[in-house]
Amino acid sequence: MNRTTAKKDEIKALVLKNLFAIAPDLKGESINISCNFRDEYDLDSMDFLHFIIAVHKETGIEIPEADYPQLATVNGCIDYLFARQR
Amino acid sequence: MSEYRLPSLGADMDAAKLVEWCVKPGEKFKRGDIVAAVETDKGIIDIETFEEGIVDQILVQPGTRIAVGSVLATYHQVGEAPAVSTVTPAAQTTVASIPSTPIHDAATIVVDTGVSDRVRISPVARRRARELNVDVGKIIGTGPHGAISIEDIEKASSAVVAAEEQPAEKLGAGMRRVIAAAMARSKREIPHYYLSTTIDLTRMLDWLEQQNAKRSTTERIVYAMPLLKAIALALKQVPELNGVYVDNTFHPSATTHIGFAISLRHGGLVVPALRDVDRKDCATLMRELDDLVARARSGHLRSSELLDSTLTVTSLGEQGIETVFPIIYPPQVAIVGLGSVVERAWSVGGMIGSRRVITVTLAADHRVSDGHRGGRYLAALDRLLQEPEQL
Repeated sequence: MNRTTAKKDEIKALVLKNLFAIAPDLKGESINISCNFRDEYDLDSMDFLHFIIAVHKETGIEIPEADYPQLATVNGCIDYLFARQR
Repeated sequence: MSEYRLPSLGADMDAAKLVEWCVKPGEKFKRGDIVAAVETDKGIIDIETFEEGIVDQILVQPGTRIAVGSVLATYHQVGEAPAVSTVTPAAQTTVASIPSTPIHDAATIVVDTGVSDRVRISPVARRRARELNVDVGKIIGTGPHGAISIEDIEKASSAVVAAEEQPAEKLGAGMRRVIAAAMARSKREIPHYYLSTTIDLTRMLDWLEQQNAKRSTTERIVYAMPLLKAIALALKQVPELNGVYVDNTFHPSATTHIGFAISLRHGGLVVPALRDVDRKDCATLMRELDDLVARARSGHLRSSELLDSTLTVTSLGEQGIETVFPIIYPPQVAIVGLGSVVERAWSVGGMIGSRRVITVTLAADHRVSDGHRGGRYLAALDRLLQEPEQL
């Protein structure tokens, strides 16, 4: 259980880091992890694609286009990546 | 001896602030080189030159606000003797003639005189610094690579005496003013006509999704690319929408450079050109647009990229709106607006099914074309989008 929590925290940090890299102005703001960050923080499809690419490069996880909607919230990203990590 | 003047960077720019020189006296430059960087309401722009020669004298120092057309430096041709300049530094006199606002004067970008890196700061943090009247040059950033964050600005500001508060211009007022000027000119001078049609994108999107499924995460293409390509190809069939209107004459363009409106995260927009869209494949266009968006947001667009569009495309679909009624960006003669892709009950061949459709609008200049030709253009665009394999 503790290992799960630790791993999820690690993934959350990775997700937020890459989100801030795409939108540096969000750094320092409190991010609602269950809201759709594309809508909430006005990321366009290009920004979102960059985010997906960055997460893919860091984790090595292939993310098919059809799965993109599952990664629209920070929580969604955590669950998705946690389920696929090795 | 020749004079190097600040070029215009579009219909909506009358002045800029010199940020840094990229050449120094005695240095040789050629056509296409970046000679200086200036800060405009649209961010930092790298100014390219269309001349060549050797720099004699730098007349304007970084930090100075200059009007379009003022002399920045003198130079001579290779082989010509370097002339002694008779031009007096224009900076002081020019500044007085610019309708400058207090907030601009306060927005000093601090650059270590000349060559070193500029202050690392996001446009939003810079704006916050302006609002709070904080000198970013005096702040040590805590972000990545020493970047200054909004937090840093706010910390620095709270340390400053609050009594210095001044009736500040509204957020983004500078950029808003220049956009307003260009759009007012457009509405005053250009007799617009508007056409709109809904295009079934299902085939194109299905095709693109199949293609993307075969591509790795890093090589996928967004649907705007085949759309832009089709928009450019359709111009070949109705060339009177592609070009500029200058001195009461339409100058059609042989090349198709599409200005793509990019919204900036802190408000406002820039419209850099994606070049030769008709001749490039979608993967190349994707890479180039990526690069343009990144540079539009960080500052570092090249001056030529702001000037040589032959048609503009504005896409507001991301917000979920269905129809855009765009205003032509002078001196161009047409603009294409893209709404969002929506799923609709659609009748094809007598059968009602669910299709993904987009509303495409065209605003064009009646001095050059009429609704009949505009209609042909939208029909051509529709046809091209039904054969996505060709794009």
